[in-house]
Amino acid sequence: MSLLKTENINKYFRDPVLFHALKDVTFELQKGEFASIMGKSGCGKSTLLYILSTMDTDYEGKLYFNDELITNKSAEELAKLRNEHIGFVFQFHYLLPEFSVLENVMFPGLKLAKKSKEEVEFDAMEKLKLLGMESQALKGANKLSGGQKQRVAIARALINNPNIIMGDEPTGNLDSKNSDNVFNIFKELNQTEDLSLLVVTHDTEFAEKTDRIIEMGDGMII
Amino acid sequence: MSDFGLIFKITRTHLLSRKKQSAIAALGVTFGIGTFIIMMGFMTGLNGLLDGLILNRTPHVQIFNEIEPSEVQPIEMALPEQVHFVQSVKPVTNAAKIHNALPLMAELRRDKRVKGVTSQLSAKIFYAAGASDLNGVATGVNIEEEDRLYNISNYITSGDFQGIMKEKNTIILGAGIAKKLSLRIGDKIQLKNTMGAIFPMKIVALYQSGLAEVDNIQSFVNLGTAQRLMGVGNNYITNVNVKLNDVNQALDFSKEMTRRFNVNALDINTANAQFDTGTSIRNLITYAVSVTLLVVAGFGIYNILNMFIYEKMDDIAILKATGFAASDVSKIFISQAILIGFFGGLFGLIFGFVVSWLISQTPFDTEALPTVKTYPVNFNPGYYVFGMIFAMVSTFLAGYLPSRKAKKIDPVEIIRGK
Repeated sequence: MSLLKTENINKYFRDPVLFHALKDVTFELQKGEFASIMGKSGCGKSTLLYILSTMDTDYEGKLYFNDELITNKSAEELAKLRNEHIGFVFQFHYLLPEFSVLENVMFPGLKLAKKSKEEVEFDAMEKLKLLGMESQALKGANKLSGGQKQRVAIARALINNPNIIMGDEPTGNLDSKNSDNVFNIFKELNQTEDLSLLVVTHDTEFAEKTDRIIEMGDGMII
Repeated sequence: MSDFGLIFKITRTHLLSRKKQSAIAALGVTFGIGTFIIMMGFMTGLNGLLDGLILNRTPHVQIFNEIEPSEVQPIEMALPEQVHFVQSVKPVTNAAKIHNALPLMAELRRDKRVKGVTSQLSAKIFYAAGASDLNGVATGVNIEEEDRLYNISNYITSGDFQGIMKEKNTIILGAGIAKKLSLRIGDKIQLKNTMGAIFPMKIVALYQSGLAEVDNIQSFVNLGTAQRLMGVGNNYITNVNVKLNDVNQALDFSKEMTRRFNVNALDINTANAQFDTGTSIRNLITYAVSVTLLVVAGFGIYNILNMFIYEKMDDIAILKATGFAASDVSKIFISQAILIGFFGGLFGLIFGFVVSWLISQTPFDTEALPTVKTYPVNFNPGYYVFGMIFAMVSTFLAGYLPSRKAKKIDPVEIIRGK
């Protein structure tokens, strides 16, 4: 069963000059698949990821999530979909610096509002335990090291038990030890929770360990 | 946790994490609202005092008989078809008296619009002062009615004003005359009427209106005493003053009186038009200054929130990425502005009230206003309500524009930029 599917996605950048960034990209990601997207800078891999993430809606073509057409859905609906089904891990952690680690992890869960605050807090602690961060839960988010912050960001991505985690260079800022660590976490989530993962990366070593490598070049999947 | 609770939590944390900036933004509102309260209280307090100086003791409608030549001469009635010339027409004597004043007053008292009616007799007299005489007016009044309707007791600086009802040949003397003639309560003063007859009077109280030209000529006596001074009967009345239940009816009422009773009637608005103008201009200035202050405070909030949104680009991007709607993000910033407005406004009201109270306790001694001891301040709660509403509205607007910017931030641009 496909989790993500695109049909003939085209994307243009108009500023400063017209640039055809994605050319007729048709692609499918199965449930439970751990895939990485590789390619040179400017080949359009991040552009594709942000379209798949539903954050970028300025494209031509069709995008399906869970076999449901989500192209042309309202920003409000897409925000809800991201909140419930998609977790994000970026190169930068994007933790809210004024809040504690626990609060940062809890926010998407509180926004979803399917569980009580106590339940969300319990879940958040579980996710932090999973990532070995439970001892830091009450620390301010800006007090952690880079590797720790990235682990908290992963915990935040997991809080609503999403179908997929999307990563844009999630290990780009980490040393090899932390990088391995993040990969192992992803791998374990993929195997134990049947979580799909789609990761844009430059790191060949990281990509080679994934189930499937999607090579991109010049706006097309090779 | 509801959306509102979540947004409020973020809002609160944001505000508390930069206490200094929040406090400065709120202080702008505090000073704006505080100044508004102080200015409104003080200005309208003064307005009320000045208006009261004239308007509270001015009848809503004055009925009198103007001394003027008759418009219709007898010959016109006798020979209406003819052309005639009458030159040097003069008014007849004794015209100052209102005809049938007592039935007129009885009629007025029956009218439901009327709160009270007083009758007066203005007697021109002279105050005997050694070799020379001072011009003056002794107004014959029913002092209890005058006090009930026009608070004359506010202008009695010493003595018992009701004394003129209890004792014959007593007078409430204008403070200016008393000073000129070195007279005190209990002393005697001699009044001369226009025919030269002399009446000794005992001073029971002193009257000070605050207007020197009035205090130098005006005295009050009992109505009967005034009629005796003039040598006229007890139906001789020169002024009938009417106080209405609703002052806005004064103009219509005075027109009606002129038509029905063939008398001159002057309404309060016509008599004191300049006070209305002064009041409205002072109010206008007060509002203009306060609104300017609040607009400046609003720009302060706008500025601080705008800067803050640039600082918080990353946070906005991740909130949007993780499922917060654009409207949630704008709510965070609008609620920050409103919170600043609420607390700034609240402290502004307290600040304004405290300073107003201090002003109202400050001694204010002036010869012109005998019964006023401290600065007049109006503590009308309406200004506090208006101030709070204005604080909320202006800070909402100041937060609305930056929040729109936050709403429009595209998370992809922020995240890809890193």
